[in-house]
Amino acid sequence: MNFTLKIWRQENAKAKGRFETYEVKGISADTSFLEMLDILNNNLIHEGKDPVAFDHDCREGICGMCSLHINGEAHGPDTEITTCQLHMRKFHDGDTITIEPWRSAAFPVIKDLVVERSAFDKIMQAGGFISVNTGGVPDGNATPISHADAEESMDAAACIGCGACVATCKNGSAMLFVAARVSSLAKLPQGKVETLTRAKNMIAKMDELGFGGCTNTRACEAECPKGISISHIARLNRKFLKAKFKD
Amino acid sequence: MANIFTSSIGKKLIMSITGAFLILFLTFHMIMNGALVFSDEAYDAIVNFLGANWYALIGTVILAAGVAFHFIYAIILTLRNRKARGTIRYAVAKKEPGVEWTSKNMFVLGLVIVLGLCLHLYNFWYNMQWVEITGQHVNSLGYSPKEGAVMVRELFAQPCYVIIYIIWLLGLWFHLTHGVWSMLQTVGWNSKIWMKRLKCISYVIATIVVGGFVLTAVILYIQSLM
Repeated sequence: MNFTLKIWRQENAKAKGRFETYEVKGISADTSFLEMLDILNNNLIHEGKDPVAFDHDCREGICGMCSLHINGEAHGPDTEITTCQLHMRKFHDGDTITIEPWRSAAFPVIKDLVVERSAFDKIMQAGGFISVNTGGVPDGNATPISHADAEESMDAAACIGCGACVATCKNGSAMLFVAARVSSLAKLPQGKVETLTRAKNMIAKMDELGFGGCTNTRACEAECPKGISISHIARLNRKFLKAKFKD
Repeated sequence: MANIFTSSIGKKLIMSITGAFLILFLTFHMIMNGALVFSDEAYDAIVNFLGANWYALIGTVILAAGVAFHFIYAIILTLRNRKARGTIRYAVAKKEPGVEWTSKNMFVLGLVIVLGLCLHLYNFWYNMQWVEITGQHVNSLGYSPKEGAVMVRELFAQPCYVIIYIIWLLGLWFHLTHGVWSMLQTVGWNSKIWMKRLKCISYVIATIVVGGFVLTAVILYIQSLM
């Protein structure tokens, strides 16, 4: 398969970016999207040109590193996948593919397609943890958790912090990310103790870092590679408002 | 609680509360309009009550202030959210699967509603309640402000006004289909199970309220032909 790639190139955070066009030829339909970019970079290096910088790590859909806005969609044209799980068979031979970095004020471009996502780490540091002193390992059955709660918690915990929700949201809001963190802990006995302060602190940090507000468009849910529901945002809203009314 | 409204969720809560004012205001207004279909006297009695009774006037002002605040705050939040999106937009943007056009265009729909509202306020509120409040006996149309039914019937006898009002009300319908469930989601009353129910409730409320207005306008036009 042959493709024309329109890729966002930007020297550094301060430089002005622009699209550059590249041709890649003889790509197998079973090549993953990131492997296709590897092939492109290999060609560029052989030509003595600067390879395209893009984020990637585990390449099995769990680390959340690979980003990329492909043909107008976070992680490209498929549902509930990351870019590393996208294969070239999802495109047609001869297609022109436009590849852009995540666009959000809170995720500035570092180089080409790589964006700074440390804002998520800062939100996590504000409350995405459980403050417990570690002791002996308790008996597994000592703290009963209902199956429904465990499922709900695990659904939210599936968040890999990739930032597709922010990249897709027209307001650049990180509400789905924060909601997933708050919700996954709120449904478990150890986590729910600090739910209210967690919700307050994480939202305060999210606002401080320049993320926008949620307007319930559901775009984040549609593009989330882990299919995390906005019902978790409703839970976050509930916990946050309860915390504020208690203050 | 003091700083609740400085947070992004608190700001959205303001939109929810003031949005609820809009729904309440529209519901009362729609019921009042419905009276005109059955009896001019009943409608005029309501108009006179609202124009002369200070309690009713204060209630109207509070509801209208909530609606006005909803409009103004929408502008502030939209600008803030645009800033958070960043200065460079995507070169290619695709509609996300399952995302309704309405949910992403509430501000545009709001503008349509405000424009229609300006015309509506001039057509009726200015010539009815305002004239009565300012103690005038005749409005710009040559009627007494107490003759509400005649003025409404005269306006909706003109097909162009019926069409303009239906287009305006269609914008309002779309706005409410998202606004109602979004309001409940913001205050935290939603879950995976309730999501579909709330959306259904939103469509029912929007259709009843807006349908009531549209029906009144259409019936008045048909009655004008008889």
